[in-house]
Amino acid sequence: MADDYTTKLATYLDGELPPDEMKAVDAHVRTCPSCAADLLGQVQLKRALQSAGRRYTPSSEFRIRARRQIASRPKRSTWSAWLTAATVVAVLVIASLAAAYLGQRRLEREQTFSELADLHVAALASSNPVDVVSTDRHTVKPWFQGKLPFTFNLPDLQTSQFVLVGGRVTYLGQAPGAHLIFHIRKHQISVFIFQDRDLRVGLGSVPGARKRHSFEVDSWSQDGLRYFVIGDASAADIQDLAARLRAAESG
Amino acid sequence: MPLFDQLYNFAHWLAQNPGEAEDLVQETYVKALKSFSSFQPNTNFRAWMYRILRNTFLTSRTGLKASSTVSLEDEEEGGLEIPASTGTPESIFIDRAHEHLLQGAIEQLPLHFREVLLLCDVEEMSYREISEALSVPIGTVMSRLSRARKALREILQQKTRG
Repeated sequence: MADDYTTKLATYLDGELPPDEMKAVDAHVRTCPSCAADLLGQVQLKRALQSAGRRYTPSSEFRIRARRQIASRPKRSTWSAWLTAATVVAVLVIASLAAAYLGQRRLEREQTFSELADLHVAALASSNPVDVVSTDRHTVKPWFQGKLPFTFNLPDLQTSQFVLVGGRVTYLGQAPGAHLIFHIRKHQISVFIFQDRDLRVGLGSVPGARKRHSFEVDSWSQDGLRYFVIGDASAADIQDLAARLRAAESG
Repeated sequence: MPLFDQLYNFAHWLAQNPGEAEDLVQETYVKALKSFSSFQPNTNFRAWMYRILRNTFLTSRTGLKASSTVSLEDEEEGGLEIPASTGTPESIFIDRAHEHLLQGAIEQLPLHFREVLLLCDVEEMSYREISEALSVPIGTVMSRLSRARKALREILQQKTRG
């Protein structure tokens, strides 16, 4: 593969290509196994870097020391300088509280989606991606009885292009859940179902399919269950499957 | 304090020493408070803070030594030759079991590669933010990133072979 295309794929993963080029690369990797493999490798390295790079955390003693030192600086200044500095510190503290809260929420969400992407990729890389093999929802759903503390409904897919490959029990942050694998054309899609209350992360709703870690992802909460649909299929296919799952659960 | 943990992590990666990292972070906040009036509203606060930290590091003894190891001119002209990767060492990271190997590889990267990779892949900064933090054009950010990733792959290949 050309070296400059590897660089282009990296820029694509960074989300820094112009919109028309993003679409072109998106379409290309769907039809080029070599680039798809390169992209997968780059996704894995990027995710591993994200985790490995967050290596160092400040000690609590240093945190206290730094705060004290910065807070004590204005005392040596004039009254107006003190006031300015105090305002700046107040702004920084407020901004830090908000940023820390939002940053933490965002980090937790990203970690959840990252773990799900890992589960999806790991299942597809496995020689036995599912523990119950079927193309029939009436076989798969009962298999989970007694294995999970909840039940769910699966859509009738006879009139669609989706095929239910099978399922397995999975875990996300120690919460048990169902991992179902669907097939459409040459794409595999994972559907994860967990009990909402078991997930420590406030995920909110993710309306429509979103791109995360180069996968399309849709997620919603319904009747106490949290659904995630993730795969390399098009956004339209992900949304279509999500709509069928929603309809099955409410029906 | 805003960005405290992130700045400390970045400082530690730059200085590769906890004591120096603490000094860098402390000095960064002191400088930021002193020159807060020079901060332009509506510009990127995060990039501004990282720029202060990086400039503080570059003028420290460790920073001067690290930045003189590889001349930037050589790098921009492609003087640091890195062989093209011939395999996919990325595949070994699927289970994140080799985190220490990857951390060792990041440490081995030259400073200008290490910092751009950390800002992009760990701090998830946009190319524009990185260009503000490093005070270089976006084109340089892109070329450094590309070369940093190649260098990382090469180091990983050597490590996994050995």
